[in-house]
Amino acid sequence: MSAYAIEMRNQLVGLFGIVERNVYLTKRYILWDVAFMVWTIANTLTIVFIARSAGLAPAAENTLATRLLVGATIWAFLGIIFEFMTEIVAWERWEGTIEYTFMAPLSRFAHLFGQGAFAVLYGLIRASILFFAVAAFIGIHAPNANYGAALLLLALASLSFIGVGIMTSVLPLISPEKGAQLGFVCQGLMLVVSGVYYPITVMPEWMQWIAKVSPATYALRGDRASIIYGAGVAWADVWPLLIIAVFATPVGLVVFKAGERHAKKHGKLKRSG
Amino acid sequence: MSTVATSTSELAARLDRGVPAVEVRDLRKTFRRKDRKAGRFARKRPWPALADVTFTIARGECVAILGQNGSGKSTLVRLLSTLLINDGGEARIFGHDAFEETQAIRRLVNRVSVEASFFKKMSAAENLSYASRFYGMTPRQTRTAIPEILEKVGFPAERRGEAMENLSRGMQQKVALARALLTSPVLLLLDEPTTGLDPRSKLEVQDFIRQVRAEHDATILLCTHDMAEAESLADRIGLLDRGRLLFLEPVSDVKKRFGVETLEEAFFAATGREFENEATEDDDEHREVFA
Repeated sequence: MSAYAIEMRNQLVGLFGIVERNVYLTKRYILWDVAFMVWTIANTLTIVFIARSAGLAPAAENTLATRLLVGATIWAFLGIIFEFMTEIVAWERWEGTIEYTFMAPLSRFAHLFGQGAFAVLYGLIRASILFFAVAAFIGIHAPNANYGAALLLLALASLSFIGVGIMTSVLPLISPEKGAQLGFVCQGLMLVVSGVYYPITVMPEWMQWIAKVSPATYALRGDRASIIYGAGVAWADVWPLLIIAVFATPVGLVVFKAGERHAKKHGKLKRSG
Repeated sequence: MSTVATSTSELAARLDRGVPAVEVRDLRKTFRRKDRKAGRFARKRPWPALADVTFTIARGECVAILGQNGSGKSTLVRLLSTLLINDGGEARIFGHDAFEETQAIRRLVNRVSVEASFFKKMSAAENLSYASRFYGMTPRQTRTAIPEILEKVGFPAERRGEAMENLSRGMQQKVALARALLTSPVLLLLDEPTTGLDPRSKLEVQDFIRQVRAEHDATILLCTHDMAEAESLADRIGLLDRGRLLFLEPVSDVKKRFGVETLEEAFFAATGREFENEATEDDDEHREVFA
């Protein structure tokens, strides 16, 4: 095997190691996960019940409820990805393993993408449970839903979400005390401009311009069309997501590496727990 | 044993035997710290953690660097393990620049620090699996390698699946040694590996370090404030004091140079201060640096 092939193989094994570690941790914290799932379902119900209070005809009420549910589900999905990416440094800092991970011969791409890959898998499982549990509880009917197209678009959007998540994951590296909170601010801002519970046209024009560069805008629009109207994957939603993914991932890596260099220069790459 | 171990061994075999394991020349690292006496809003000032440190370690040698808290031992280890960037001077590991050729160095180096740093809810076996993947070891390879290495460090087989948080400090430190050795490092950096251990665990860990030296083609840099440990394990002993390396030579030469019987006396002769009674003003928290 050539040196390049060995290196590629080692990086893939390292990427798998990150996923495997998260599986171990999920098993150890399974009760916490169950509690968090119940909380997310309850929180989503409080949003979707708004459709019942709107005084609409049954069909319109069902459409509004579905619209709100898709928004809440994608919010939850995106929240998981951002949480996993933003906390990648904070977890290791708290557990004390950060120095061992950063001195290992694992490329930053494999490190961060491994975390992103697990976040997407875990997020998809949680989002699916959330969607079907709330839909069953409220009695939402989606006879035309094209779940395959919705999932495919979400998978595509995940690449963009990981790229943006990599950018935010650098924050705890630069600021151990406030970095994680800043990451959640970024997540909140992205969702505000992306039309999570409302059409983006209700926002001021400058916010609509920001919405155009948010991957959540296209994921929400496409998934609503697939689940409410049974639409397939629309190219109009795909190409912006591809462009954002192609742009966000390398930029995220460059930003992360700059943050890592800053942390090494100033002695911030250390445990805190 | 494994692809990664093989590739590390291949790397080690390819290394020029004439090249020193570690070459450090005029190495400097300065952090910025607040002077507490100057009040809450005082500006941070530069504080040298390492000042123009120069030394060489030959391949296969075991060198101990002695120093009190805040002397710069951990800063040195972190610089050599690519976790810090220097402010001046240079460091080479098997001929590789420690600050430019980090990927090559990371394959050759591993480390045991004073804190046995692990995911506390995960078991010893899970933590070792996690760490070994970064070095390219597959599940098939670790299925046999992890029980073997844990047995070697004297870790009870029946506790492999137990969460790390339930293990004693001594047990955790054995797992830390196993983690470092699992990846077959050519340079092993030991940063106070026995601090805080009970006497029995301390002796077990020291015996294991001797065993590693005897059985592996490993170079060891041991940073400690335990003079007896340094004397019993190392070929040469260095004294790092407030960021400056005062000497690095065999114990007998140190004692001869200062005309003393013990290393404590040598420290006093070299610095004019007692080794144990150093003020704690320089501790990590106060300095806001790795020390």
